[in-house]
Amino acid sequence: MDILEIIKPENQVFCKTKLMTDTPLSYCPGCGHGTAHNLTMEVIDEMGISEDTIGVAPVGCSVLAYDFMNIDITQAAHGRAPAVATAIARTWPEKYVFTYQGDGDLAAIGTAETIHACNRGENIVIIFVNNGIYGMTGGQMAPTTLEGMKSSTSPFGRDISTMGSPLKMTELVANLPGVYYVTRQAVHNHKSARKAKKAIKKAFENTRLRKGLSFVEIVSNCNSGWKMTPNESNIWMEENMFPYFPLGDIKVDGKLK
Amino acid sequence: MAELKLMKGNEALAEAAIRAGADAYFGYPITPQSEVIEYLMTEHPEDRTGMVVLQAESEIAAINMVYGAASTGKKVLTSSSSPGISLKLEGISYLAGAELPAVIVNVVRGGPGLGTIQPSQADYFQSVKGGGHGDYKLYVLAPSSVQEMADFVEDAFDIAFKYRAPVLILSDGLIGQMMEKVNLKDQKERMSNEELIENYGDWAVTGKTNRERNIITSLDLQSEKMEARVRRLMKKYEQMEKEDLRFEKIMCDDAEYLIVAYGSSARISQKAVELAREKGLKVGLLRPITLFPYPKQELFELADQVKGILSVELNAGQMVEDVQLSVQFKVPVEHFGRTGGIIHTPEEILEALEQKIIK
Repeated sequence: MDILEIIKPENQVFCKTKLMTDTPLSYCPGCGHGTAHNLTMEVIDEMGISEDTIGVAPVGCSVLAYDFMNIDITQAAHGRAPAVATAIARTWPEKYVFTYQGDGDLAAIGTAETIHACNRGENIVIIFVNNGIYGMTGGQMAPTTLEGMKSSTSPFGRDISTMGSPLKMTELVANLPGVYYVTRQAVHNHKSARKAKKAIKKAFENTRLRKGLSFVEIVSNCNSGWKMTPNESNIWMEENMFPYFPLGDIKVDGKLK
Repeated sequence: MAELKLMKGNEALAEAAIRAGADAYFGYPITPQSEVIEYLMTEHPEDRTGMVVLQAESEIAAINMVYGAASTGKKVLTSSSSPGISLKLEGISYLAGAELPAVIVNVVRGGPGLGTIQPSQADYFQSVKGGGHGDYKLYVLAPSSVQEMADFVEDAFDIAFKYRAPVLILSDGLIGQMMEKVNLKDQKERMSNEELIENYGDWAVTGKTNRERNIITSLDLQSEKMEARVRRLMKKYEQMEKEDLRFEKIMCDDAEYLIVAYGSSARISQKAVELAREKGLKVGLLRPITLFPYPKQELFELADQVKGILSVELNAGQMVEDVQLSVQFKVPVEHFGRTGGIIHTPEEILEALEQKIIK
């Protein structure tokens, strides 16, 4: 039987969401960004809100998110995505506005913008991909790099006494009254990805209901930066990242868990 | 409706922004321009026109809010003073690179560093020579009265949208704080979202409908594409020089000596010209209204007529370099300026002209 006779709509059990472009992903094989992108686009597609969604891309590995997400996107200066999103949400209150940011962008250079957008309770979604390292610039220490973890700027491991502790930005913003929903998810296996998608959907639903800010952290791997194979990096993530950054809901419907 | 009012420069600018149909203002308090946001917060334009006003957590956040609203085609402005503008420069460079229309107001105070809260024109270099990183320029308007503080807001928006580029209104603490009568224009209606999508739907991010997605970015990792972007920007600046140069000539027809001054210095220099004329000295004043584009050709031609030129500025000598470049050493060019927040008097300016140029 010819392959084209098999590829028919009635035989299709899974397909790439139409909100992802055909541009090959620029992420390293094994990286979680592709799945996080795909889940976000699936949610927007399923909710039927793509015409009313405006995305804000960060600086970092996902700076080129606009190459892969087939929606209107503006790309912000390093760390400033929550400020950019604030203005869009304020001037277009009927739109769905989300930022997609990494840990360096959101929890180091953009700390002030993150905290204050959260504190004002802007009606936006923040998707925060935390892989504990600066991937784009070649594996430097991030605010979320674990104690003892090696990077090109902490070659002997992160020394807490001189470099500070890994920052739990998600727990921090959960304490702000303007923040309505805070959760920490992962996307490295099917079970986690399904849960993460539900969380992202809840976040966008909150925007629809004008509940304020929803903050979805996705703990992810960086096999290139961590200098591991993709599988090794996922195991390492489960064993080391998850104990420090535990998965699950932190704040739901405006109430801390 | 149009009305005549006695207002501070900063307040006139804020009121003019509402009347120009601005969609949003984002700012952070800093002396001597805090009246802009104070006035807007008191006026509550959200009720008058639907204009959004928000006090940001920093000048950095404010300029990036401007970037966000401008990405969607909204008419948006911010204001600050010198140290605050330094913080905004990263965002201004991004606005230029991403080709976004926006208005930035600098009510200049003295520097460097925390400097002084008194008036100054020491941000000339920062304003016309780039300031932020990369190959870009700002269209720079320099008001010299409260009336121009008001009028230039709409002019600045027109230029910003004509070129899809950031425009700077370069004022100073003197113009911002002084009170004068000002003619305020009629209220212009804000553009509806439907009109906005019709006008700017080919580039603004308003939600992808039945078209290709719109992307706002200043990033081009391919060198050829990035060079093409830089060339596109340079073309805009060439067009600005051809079509939107503004200056004013006062008593230049028979002038033997020339003063070049902008903003508050031009205001004071005009009095110095009158004093000179009373003494029988044929002195004229060239006031650049736009600092980029700069009246280079006009100065080049005036250099054939006058014996010498004095650049009068509230700084240690910045615009004087552009005067020298423009006249290409045809006649002597000198600088006179005060710093630290001290405002020169007309008598001082005339004395400097006599000592440095007339001799």
